[in-house]
Amino acid sequence: MISIILLSVFGIINLFVGFMKSKRILLPLALLFLAVVFGVNLFSWNDTQSYFNNMLTIDNYAVAFTGIMTLSTLLLLPFSQRYVDTEDSNLAEYYSLLLFALVGTIMMVSYENLLMLFIGIEILSIAMYVLAGSDKRSLRSNEASLKYFLMGAFFTGIMLFGIVMIYGATGTFNITEIGAAEVATDGVLNTMFILGLLLLVIGISFKISAAPFHFWTPDVYDGTPTFFTAFMSTIVKTAGVAAFYKLMDAAFASTYAYAAWFPTLVAITVLTLIVGNIGAVVQTSMKRMLAYSSISHAGYLLIALVAFNDKSESSILFYSFAYSAASIAAFGVLKMVADQRGSEEYAAFNGLGKTNPLLAFAMTVSMLSLAGIPLTAGFFGKFFIFTSILQNPDMLWLVIVAIVLAAVGIYYYLRVVIAMYMQPTTDTEAVRVGSFASFTLIAITILTILLGIAPALVSDLI
Amino acid sequence: MITALLLFWPALAALLVLLIKGQGAKKVAFVAALVEFALSLFALSEFNTQSGAMQQTLSFPWVASAGINFSIGMDGISLLMVLLTTFLIPLIVLSSFKHDYKNPNVFYALVLFMQTGLIGVFVAMDAFLFYFFWEVALIPVYFIAAVWGGANRIRVTFKFFVYTIFGSLFMLAAFIYLYLQTPGSHTSDVNAFYQLTLSSESQSWIFWFLFIAFAIKMPIFPFHTWQPDTYTESPAQATMLLSGIMLKMGIYGVLRWLLPVVPFGVSQWDELVLILSIIGIVYASIIAIRQRDLKRLVAYSSIAHVGLIAAGIFTLNEQGLQGGVIQMLSHGINVVGLFFIIDIIFSRTQTREITSLGGITQNTPALSIYFMILLLGSVALPLTNGFVGEFLLLSGVFQYNGWFGAVAGLTIILGAVYMLRMFQGVMFGTKSELTENFSDLSLNEKAVLIPLVVMVFWIGLFPNTFLSISEPAVHNLLSIINR
Repeated sequence: MISIILLSVFGIINLFVGFMKSKRILLPLALLFLAVVFGVNLFSWNDTQSYFNNMLTIDNYAVAFTGIMTLSTLLLLPFSQRYVDTEDSNLAEYYSLLLFALVGTIMMVSYENLLMLFIGIEILSIAMYVLAGSDKRSLRSNEASLKYFLMGAFFTGIMLFGIVMIYGATGTFNITEIGAAEVATDGVLNTMFILGLLLLVIGISFKISAAPFHFWTPDVYDGTPTFFTAFMSTIVKTAGVAAFYKLMDAAFASTYAYAAWFPTLVAITVLTLIVGNIGAVVQTSMKRMLAYSSISHAGYLLIALVAFNDKSESSILFYSFAYSAASIAAFGVLKMVADQRGSEEYAAFNGLGKTNPLLAFAMTVSMLSLAGIPLTAGFFGKFFIFTSILQNPDMLWLVIVAIVLAAVGIYYYLRVVIAMYMQPTTDTEAVRVGSFASFTLIAITILTILLGIAPALVSDLI
Repeated sequence: MITALLLFWPALAALLVLLIKGQGAKKVAFVAALVEFALSLFALSEFNTQSGAMQQTLSFPWVASAGINFSIGMDGISLLMVLLTTFLIPLIVLSSFKHDYKNPNVFYALVLFMQTGLIGVFVAMDAFLFYFFWEVALIPVYFIAAVWGGANRIRVTFKFFVYTIFGSLFMLAAFIYLYLQTPGSHTSDVNAFYQLTLSSESQSWIFWFLFIAFAIKMPIFPFHTWQPDTYTESPAQATMLLSGIMLKMGIYGVLRWLLPVVPFGVSQWDELVLILSIIGIVYASIIAIRQRDLKRLVAYSSIAHVGLIAAGIFTLNEQGLQGGVIQMLSHGINVVGLFFIIDIIFSRTQTREITSLGGITQNTPALSIYFMILLLGSVALPLTNGFVGEFLLLSGVFQYNGWFGAVAGLTIILGAVYMLRMFQGVMFGTKSELTENFSDLSLNEKAVLIPLVVMVFWIGLFPNTFLSISEPAVHNLLSIINR
């Protein structure tokens, strides 16, 4: 709870600091704020508290996810250095909106009441709509913002409709009470309840860009300035999946409800995996590839959700952190390369291994992590997810589908590595990297390899 | 403890090598590899050759909540594989001394780093640890091949990488399934896997999940399509690493993680595997006869030899298994020697086409002798190392099925045909303009070839030195398979 308050206050302070002439202070200040929130959040560990008449519950689940989302934001911010260097006049607003968005994500992992979930998603989304359009003069950025807003508003409506239906069927917004409510008569599930459940599933699936509700993703991710795309595809996705799992676990774990959503979600999962991986293969733009790759990772995360057992929580936690760290590094490098070389195509990365060994190495580790190859965190992410789903041996087929598509994934991740180390280039000028950014890249690389060797550091948390 | 030292020393040395600028890196890498070899000899001296159990074990929790341990140890089979690795790597490093690769520190660091992966595969006693090192060994060799390789390297190594990872992901799924079948709070220890009692249906599919990973690595027909291209396009050292050591990972995987874990699955499919292996022997041999590129020729001969090893170990009798183990050593030694000689020829003439070579013997008495010995080892002439292995393997296959043995026996005839034809084309005949001024071996090159040739005779004349090390382990393996 204290982290929500702190973040809101810090966001406002940040806005006021923005009136100062020099923008140099903003980045260190925002980093400091996040570090404070990260530290304060840890004090709630093993100290479950409910707030606002049981609207929010800060338990270990919430603390763990808040922790990794704050840490991810902390790792992301240094890549905004170019905004600092170019004295972008709106920098303070960007940071504030990110902090506010983070408030939304924390509410999404600690809600106890569907209204809180809705408010959390809205706080997050409105900040993101604005940030998607933050490059005011770019047509693509404007298009992304508008598209995101229209689609987002539409699906929020669907979700709200679902919440109302659930309320109609059970008479409560509290997810634990929904879970306990008697929703079936003579073994037949209440129609309104099913409808509400499915509408909720659809609404959240949109937020985590699961197929077939993913159509906005490539365009919006592509048009949004890279720095904010990184936030969207990592922290927002983590929050979405964590909220999704919490909802299913608390409200819809009964045998009847489970039977209703399980086949739907399995279908969504398979479709997401296929769309994400196959879509990424045909891209020539690195950024669009990462957009599709984020769809495919939503699919892997959904596998853990579909598994729905005691391993799900920790595997979602580990996977989303491994994915976030690697993606942030990938987007960060992409941003720096694209800023200098003016292109987001694979070809822009040609020869990076020679000109910028650090960037290339960090990128390689991230790509291997996203592809799930050992010695990186991504491997254990996949490992925990497969372990969790195979507790039910009947789901072996889903693992096979995931494996085949993971092999497809290696194809497009490796292309980046090949471009960096093996393709010749005429552009021999090194890409400029700020000191904050190179330090962060080193930190992410070490973190990724460390978690690839000692995964228990995160996986044993919850 | 010595096992852990063997495992981590190359990785540490790799970090050290990475820091060295310029061509000095190769010397440091060579010394580090020699130290590793000395360590493995020490491990051998400490080894109790009477016991078939795992020795020099070390185990501590890795992912404690999931029951996954970092547990390593060696039995006779592991030890021989470790010795093969530590024996070959210094020679492979030494063989590269005449090349001045760009970024030598990265190149040699990758070689040493790969050694950690290879040793890890051979000493891992935990399924996930095994998988971990299995992939760790792949990444460095991919980069060596893809960065320092020939013209088509990018496409070819890409196929290799995706192909092998695709196979090993199935292995991972099978391991996870097996792990979840262990009682209690689950463990991925090798002995727990041996004690599982699985229905024969599940053994049947697990067999394929594991087999596909190992078969791609070896490679067994029809999973071999990545191999000739990759061997041809890789730099000589990567080819030696791949053919000399890495393909043994596949065979070792079968011995440790396939045969004893799913014996019923094996009994359902062993006939098919033997048929595939034998098809591979004949098919690869016939293709080898038609090759004009030296590297491709040896690559196909390698498929034929590995086919025979696979056929031998899937017979599940003692001769077959012992033959498989000793032939892994022999094949490693012969194929590394042959690829090195091809590298010597290529670096002097810039060609690997048999038709544009010839008459080399006239200038090079030393090279001709070493070449001939390695070649005869490869075609399994008595008194050489190849003979011991192939004899045991073929006698194993004959015990399994006389017809299979007869067809597999063609390998000796066909092998002689393509190998001698190669020798004739390259070494005899009239000189071409490329071989006009062919110089004989340098001291450095002799230093690589002499240990290899000594091993050819050692294994050929006194195979018991090595067979006795693996014998208790093979007995132990058989008793687990027939439990």
